[in-house]
Amino acid sequence: MNIIEFTLVVWVASLFAGFVGSLTGLGGGIIITPLLTLALGVDIRYAIGATLVSVIATSSGAAAAYVREGFSNIRIGMFLEIATTLGAVGGAMLAARIPTSAISIIFGLVLMYSAYASSRPRHEHLGNCRPNPLATRLKMNGIYPTPNGPMGYCPQAVPAGFSMMFGAGVLSGLLGIGSGAVKVIAMDQAMGLPFKVSTTTSNFMIGVTAAASAGVYLSRGYIDPGLAMPVMLGVVAGSLAGARVLAQAKTRWLRLVFGVVIAIMAFEMIYHGLTGRM
Amino acid sequence: MANPARQWSDQDVEEWIGNLLRAGVTLAAAVVLFGACVYLARHGHEVPQYHVFVGAPTDLRSISGIIKDALAFKSRGLIQLGLLLLIATPVVRVAFSVVAFAMERDRLYVVVTLIVLAVLTYSLAGGRL
Repeated sequence: MNIIEFTLVVWVASLFAGFVGSLTGLGGGIIITPLLTLALGVDIRYAIGATLVSVIATSSGAAAAYVREGFSNIRIGMFLEIATTLGAVGGAMLAARIPTSAISIIFGLVLMYSAYASSRPRHEHLGNCRPNPLATRLKMNGIYPTPNGPMGYCPQAVPAGFSMMFGAGVLSGLLGIGSGAVKVIAMDQAMGLPFKVSTTTSNFMIGVTAAASAGVYLSRGYIDPGLAMPVMLGVVAGSLAGARVLAQAKTRWLRLVFGVVIAIMAFEMIYHGLTGRM
Repeated sequence: MANPARQWSDQDVEEWIGNLLRAGVTLAAAVVLFGACVYLARHGHEVPQYHVFVGAPTDLRSISGIIKDALAFKSRGLIQLGLLLLIATPVVRVAFSVVAFAMERDRLYVVVTLIVLAVLTYSLAGGRL
């Protein structure tokens, strides 16, 4: 396989990764990392660099549309970013002291339960919901577009959501991936946000978490232009397509896709924990 | 309103942040695409060597090196410059949000965003995150 063929294969896979990543709020690393390492035999460090690029590309590519259309709640995103960025700094400090393989396995098991819990339809606090006092003080109540016109929603349990976001940050600092999944779960399951608001706000946030660690990976030479190029171009195109689909997509269907993707991610994490390889 | 400067609404903020993200990604993608054409024309028939980690060349690991290579019209430098623009986009977005919330007179979120920006700057500058 020469570079042109290699570039084409990676580009097509990245198109798909960007599409799924922008629909689920997870960022596409779940597809890019195993494809590069397992199918194409790329060294894990190059794969990590390419994955980082894919997360930022999905996030910024789709967020442009999601923010303008009113799906992402920028206040919720901004407020919770305090927790994720602080958590990421803490996680990176812990990384040298804690065996990441054990964390991978535990995280995998948690994700497996989450895959089940979040793929089921759930009552969403919509319309005439009772605003939570803390969320109101933080100006988190919002309106988002639905097929039946704009609908209001009321976030609940802000401290619980904030704590889970801190955990998401720690995990991303420790393991490098998986923070998108915890972000969506925290907003969907703990704070009771509409599913589309959860995934698009997660999508809005993951770019910042990833950009924070980009400097390190760049200086270590993990980001190789020849490999990151098809990843970036494919993911951007895929995420724009995903952003178009999300507006019309049924929430029930999106939940199912999300559940399947994080179930796959759970297996990846457990496999990684047991074998020490991605 | 006493103040002549128009106060921004939530919609204005969303519009601006959305446009900023789109501009960043479009510019980054255009630069990467241009670099990609040059790269594939020059190296397309070589064999990729990603199974052994040697790391990107040293001049592609720092901002100054990347800019130098891009100006010298080296294909990998051009691609890396596009990737730098991509990485900068979310950081600029956070910095711009400070301004946007200030235009909206939302002091609480100016503070929230400044905290995020401070942690982000710390982790980018401090090296380890």
